[in-house]
Amino acid sequence: MNFIAIKMLLGDRAKYIGIVIGLTFASFLLTWPSALFTGVMKRTFSFVTDVGLPDIWVVDPQAQYIEDVKPLRDTEVLRVRGTEGVQWAVGLYKGMLRARMDDGTFQNCTVVGLDDATLIGGPPKMVAGELADLRQADSVIVDETGARGKLAKKQPDGRRVPLKIGDTLELNDHRCIVVGICRITQTFQNVPVLYTTYSRATTIAPQERKLLSFVIAKAKPGTDVSALCQRIGRLGLRAYTPYEFKKLTFWYFLKYTGMPINFLTVVTLGFIVGIAISGQTFYNFTLDNLRYFGTLKAMGTTNRKLLRMISLQAAEVGAIGYGLGVGAASAWGGFLSGRTQIAFSLPWPLLLVSASAVLVICIGAAAVSIRKVMKLEPAMVFRS
Amino acid sequence: MIATQLPPAPAKTETPNQVSVRCANVTKTFGAGRTAVRALRGVNLDIRAGELMMLVGPSGCGKTTLISVIAGVLSRDGGDCSVLGRDYIRMSTDATTEFRGRNIGFVFQAWNLIPALTAVENVSVPLIINGIRRRDAIARAAEILFKVGFDDRMMQSFPPDLSGGQQQRIAIARSLVHDPRLIVCDEPTSALDSETGHKVVQLMRTLAVGKDRALLVVTHDARIFEFADRIAQMDDGVIKRVFDSPEEMKVEG
Repeated sequence: MNFIAIKMLLGDRAKYIGIVIGLTFASFLLTWPSALFTGVMKRTFSFVTDVGLPDIWVVDPQAQYIEDVKPLRDTEVLRVRGTEGVQWAVGLYKGMLRARMDDGTFQNCTVVGLDDATLIGGPPKMVAGELADLRQADSVIVDETGARGKLAKKQPDGRRVPLKIGDTLELNDHRCIVVGICRITQTFQNVPVLYTTYSRATTIAPQERKLLSFVIAKAKPGTDVSALCQRIGRLGLRAYTPYEFKKLTFWYFLKYTGMPINFLTVVTLGFIVGIAISGQTFYNFTLDNLRYFGTLKAMGTTNRKLLRMISLQAAEVGAIGYGLGVGAASAWGGFLSGRTQIAFSLPWPLLLVSASAVLVICIGAAAVSIRKVMKLEPAMVFRS
Repeated sequence: MIATQLPPAPAKTETPNQVSVRCANVTKTFGAGRTAVRALRGVNLDIRAGELMMLVGPSGCGKTTLISVIAGVLSRDGGDCSVLGRDYIRMSTDATTEFRGRNIGFVFQAWNLIPALTAVENVSVPLIINGIRRRDAIARAAEILFKVGFDDRMMQSFPPDLSGGQQQRIAIARSLVHDPRLIVCDEPTSALDSETGHKVVQLMRTLAVGKDRALLVVTHDARIFEFADRIAQMDDGVIKRVFDSPEEMKVEG
């Protein structure tokens, strides 16, 4: 009976295309905002992702998320180092400073100051230059996206030329020389990121009594990291594993920004569009074929077989619509990712979630049709 | 042209054997209360194996209701009805459906061919419903279609591309392909012109009537009465009279 079901489905070309387009749209509208939301949320903790080495992030107990930097005393590095089970611990500066452009305009930048001795906490990938070049005087490493975009040098003819090694820029009235270009995970603020040493960063930054943003530490092999976090906590600080720190940030953004509501609104709209277009078209398709379902029933097709036929039809359009929708979303996301700074991330769990949503739409659409066919009186075939 | 491709029609059954359908005092009412319509008011009718029985009567007299009850697509309210020795009332819905699939062939007034399936695929449907493999079903369907005058090209045509007579021949082939013991036809000539209708019934008479198979044809097309073995005249929900031959009806009616 499967081939009959599929042929019936394909036979009405216009309706078939209508159902598939409806499901493609639904699938796209479910996947696209979800991928953007995931991308944006991943950016909120991208800094922790990029600083991959430490087991523990130590912050002020009042800090609510990564960007909520509440400076610590420099001596906290030594106190953490002195905690039992810590292999090493270094300080990290992170702050927002203004860079002055050649044309006199200003651009906010995130400046990261790395431990002078070890340079731990540096960018995950260098595109040009070496991390060790930060040991040169006045040196900074610029992230690739910032160098090409917001920090690009404006030429007299209006063109913008990416910042390159050897170029200079002014950070808070301090002259800095670009010694490297790095690639990092884009940040939530989407501003250029500059790496330099801790001592240089704290020289450039406006003077405050405390300037240490984080202490990052590595546990000795075999040490229980959770227990170590608790021991560091007894110093009057708060210690998180990278996962906990990411989670803290993730939930902060979920709780205190309107992003989840926007996201849910768009996803709900996608779902409703899916139900409305695909469900209605599929139901109309079934209604149009009711006479033939009735004929099959009269000729000996049981309700169970009819149910299987309609389920197969729904599954077929669902699979094609889902594939096209997700394919379009990932193609469009891939296209834009290469050309813009769009936050697009499509991990496999998200594919599963959108597949489930499309499945629910198909089941919903099929359920109404199935109910109609199940209740169908086969005697209707004798009515002209 | 159908007639030139057909073998000569078999002689009308002289001594019909066992009874295929036996209806005794069958009743059926639609609706309730003041709006109730008593479609069958106590029908008594026997249809014998090997005969072509026509059920005639004016519109609204209950012909379609009666074949629906006999075919097992509509339940009766009262009376007894045995079809091929079985009583639908004692069978589950699924068992009734499967019984229809195995034992009853249908020819509908509007043919009810699935437009997305080719002629040969349409004919194969009853076999597929009965669990025959698609390839075997198609092969068997092609044999039957060949008998009703279809060539290879026509077999691959879709119903909307064919004439009314050709579609009716597909419907006849579909009703025969699984070798059912009872075929019910509802107004098989109503959508056809006189000549085509005549040929279609001739074809049914030739191919469908067999020793163990009964044909029940609902019609009010007097031009095809000549093909009947017996004619049951129905009016107002009851069988008024059963004529033993078309000639008898012509003489007395």
